[in-house]
Amino acid sequence: MKILKIFPLLLALCALALPSRAQLMYKPEKGTFALMHATIHTITQGTIEDGTVVIQDGKIQAVGKAVNIPAGAESIDCSGKEIYPGLIDAGTHLGLGEVESVSLTQDYNEIGDLVPEMQALTAVNPNSVAIPVTRVNGVTTVLTMPAGGRFPGTAALIDLNGYTPNQMFAGYKVVVLNWPRSGGFGRFDRRSPEDIKKAEEKALKDLNEYWDLAKEFAMLDAAAHKSGKPRNTDYNPAMEALLPVVNGQAPLLIEVEKDKDILSALRWIKEKKVNAILGGVSEGWRVADSIAAAGVPALVGPVIDLPSRPSDRYDAAYANAGKLNKAGVKIAIRTMQTENVRNLPYHAGFAAAYGLGKEEALKAVTINPAEIFGVADHLGSIEKGKQANLIVTDGDPFETKTNIEKVFIQGWDIPLDSRHIQLYHEFLDRQPGLKK
Amino acid sequence: MKPIHILIFLLFAGTGLVWGQPAKGSLLIKNGTVLTVTKGTLANSDVLIVDGIIKKIGKNISAPKGVEVIDATGQYVMPGIIDAHSHIGIDAVNEATNPVTADVWVGDALDPMDVSIYRALAGGTTTSHAMHGSANVIGGQCETIKHRYGTTNPNDLRMEGAPRTIKFALGENPMRVHGEGNDIIPRTRMGVEEVIRRAFSEAQAYQAKWDAYNKEMKTNPRALSPAYNRRLETLADVLSGKVMIHCHSYRADEILMLMNVCKDFGIKKICFQHVNEGFKVAPELANFGAYASVFADWWAYKFEVYYSTAYNAAILTRNGVVTSINSDSPDLIRHLYHEAAKTQHYGGLTDDEALALITINPAKQLGVDDRIGSLEEGKEGDVAIFSHHPLSVYAVPVKTIIDGVVYFDIDKDPADIRVQIDPENLPTYQVQTEEDRCMQGVFEYLFENR
Repeated sequence: MKILKIFPLLLALCALALPSRAQLMYKPEKGTFALMHATIHTITQGTIEDGTVVIQDGKIQAVGKAVNIPAGAESIDCSGKEIYPGLIDAGTHLGLGEVESVSLTQDYNEIGDLVPEMQALTAVNPNSVAIPVTRVNGVTTVLTMPAGGRFPGTAALIDLNGYTPNQMFAGYKVVVLNWPRSGGFGRFDRRSPEDIKKAEEKALKDLNEYWDLAKEFAMLDAAAHKSGKPRNTDYNPAMEALLPVVNGQAPLLIEVEKDKDILSALRWIKEKKVNAILGGVSEGWRVADSIAAAGVPALVGPVIDLPSRPSDRYDAAYANAGKLNKAGVKIAIRTMQTENVRNLPYHAGFAAAYGLGKEEALKAVTINPAEIFGVADHLGSIEKGKQANLIVTDGDPFETKTNIEKVFIQGWDIPLDSRHIQLYHEFLDRQPGLKK
Repeated sequence: MKPIHILIFLLFAGTGLVWGQPAKGSLLIKNGTVLTVTKGTLANSDVLIVDGIIKKIGKNISAPKGVEVIDATGQYVMPGIIDAHSHIGIDAVNEATNPVTADVWVGDALDPMDVSIYRALAGGTTTSHAMHGSANVIGGQCETIKHRYGTTNPNDLRMEGAPRTIKFALGENPMRVHGEGNDIIPRTRMGVEEVIRRAFSEAQAYQAKWDAYNKEMKTNPRALSPAYNRRLETLADVLSGKVMIHCHSYRADEILMLMNVCKDFGIKKICFQHVNEGFKVAPELANFGAYASVFADWWAYKFEVYYSTAYNAAILTRNGVVTSINSDSPDLIRHLYHEAAKTQHYGGLTDDEALALITINPAKQLGVDDRIGSLEEGKEGDVAIFSHHPLSVYAVPVKTIIDGVVYFDIDKDPADIRVQIDPENLPTYQVQTEEDRCMQGVFEYLFENR
């Protein structure tokens, strides 16, 4: 048999083939890296030409023109390249949903209207196919959010590297409140104007009653602390979750879109003395001055989206971020996407083109979200001592044709690989082609 | 003309039943960077449009008397963008009542007042393929429209003379609507094939009866005609090549299936729509001569698009498949130039290759590439002007022109037309839930008929 004769040869060939197969297994690598001769956009401390960034122990160990390279560091020549902080998306469902139409793969929408205790971080799937797809486009950190009822749960900021939610956790959580939406719900809403108004009033009344309950719970909790005795209340995880929020120790992310509703939310924030952030604000441009006066930051987006009303100018969503910024609102940009969070740079680019400007747009996906989320001590810019989340590009990170050439998250050198890229390599020149 | 004819004409004209032709204009666009798409890029050049037709492209063209001049210095002039898959400008999308509805036509439901048309213009898109939805295996006939916004006459939207097209749909949507929803075939991709083969076979039989009748008529004027059936007549036109199939499809297997069915029934031309797994069968698509109209990066919104890649358009292009990027969305249709640019990020297409995806290639897929899709002398005067190169993320469309008439001008855009109406009495906030307008009208139907 011929096959027997060539079998050892085949075996040898297989053995030879193994190392190249093994190379297809990409893994993040940790180490000491010196990214040299790059244009470094620090965001907070200007731009450094022909500079070096040293990454060690997961942190940015040095930034500047003349820095000491630690012994054993891997030098990476970045001549002609640009370094930016990893981009931060201030609102997504990344990791919480896999296939949109398959409900059992959707983990962001729990049953119940009042479930602030639901933890997005718990349900983050570190192995979601969308995560590598996202980070190869330069997005390194996202706020991933629950959705649904009045208090749908607690959102979490995650870095896009790690095999457990805790490894990914980037140090910030926030309870989400979906502000009661006034008005009808489109052409299938057959309620009378009176009924709509009643429903609005009831929703606000219910919210306030629930808030009062949380306040009472906080009083009981404070009293128990003072007396040193255990708190005499039933198990109530929702109230537990709201406790730091009503005490003003933790922030509240209020999702609100319509102009009128933004104004009522702002009144409520003032009255209840809440440490609040606004999310969505698609009609923020109508009441930008009020938001600025209240000093409440806003997570704006999606930017690449339709106007909210048929009569709006066609670019209302593109221009919203720019108008809010001009009015003096601190903004961060978000996509509100699951599988296409990778488009964050383009959302920022559109905002830049329609009034925000490049520089402010860059802040809106780096230092601004870091500051709004209270994590600017370790994220959002390229500074000594900050966590090493950064990207190396061959150009403007918002420009569509720009390539992301390196991604570092928590100091890990992230493989530039994803299922989309793997399919490209497999099928660009498919073998076998037409014939068997 | 006899007086009676004049009288009839005046009567019809008076009641508005005789409509004028859509306006044709004359313009000279001066000194822009002209992206012809098919004949290279011309720096500091002019485009002269006379009576709706591109008369001349070149340097230092002077304006004929009375022709308006548009200064495009520092700007980019490209062919009006063409969307081979959309559902704007129509007020019905799905006739989701049967797996085969070849008898219906979205051309009967044109809505010239749809604000999406204006928004598309504001994104440089001048022509779109207003399609039936994807609820049925064989859906309704579609209409190629030009975005002549501002008219109240639905007929003004039609791109006169554009070839007839019909929507087909494979996979999850028809399976969900008819199999899961109504407990009839198809519930599987086997059933989808069966529905198409049965419909085509019935159409063949129908055509044979008419052929026999027409033959008999020559010798027997009293021959009895077969019963007229618009559904089967349309399908017979599909088989004879008079109506081109545009087929919603995702998975590689179902794409191969339809190509095999087409071969068996002698159908030569087909355009696959969405075709997210087209990259897996790119050699087969190229070999058949099938067209592909894809999304730049949509995936994971349902299971059949989970194994997608944003490199789809690049792989198809490199394998020789005539490919376009479409919107299927009133949002995406406003920034197809940006969607096309994504193929430079995912697969490194050249500027001309990327621009072809939204101009000459969709024109080929709609059978109108002799009229639009590139800036060439003799073609129709459909032009989009941008502030930056249209493949830049910073590009802002500034003027959009159809037949030499300016339909969008960023400097004359009303800042907020809401001032003319009471904002509190509007139909309120627009709820945006339907990303995939392909299925518009289906869920209401299912809920009401369960």
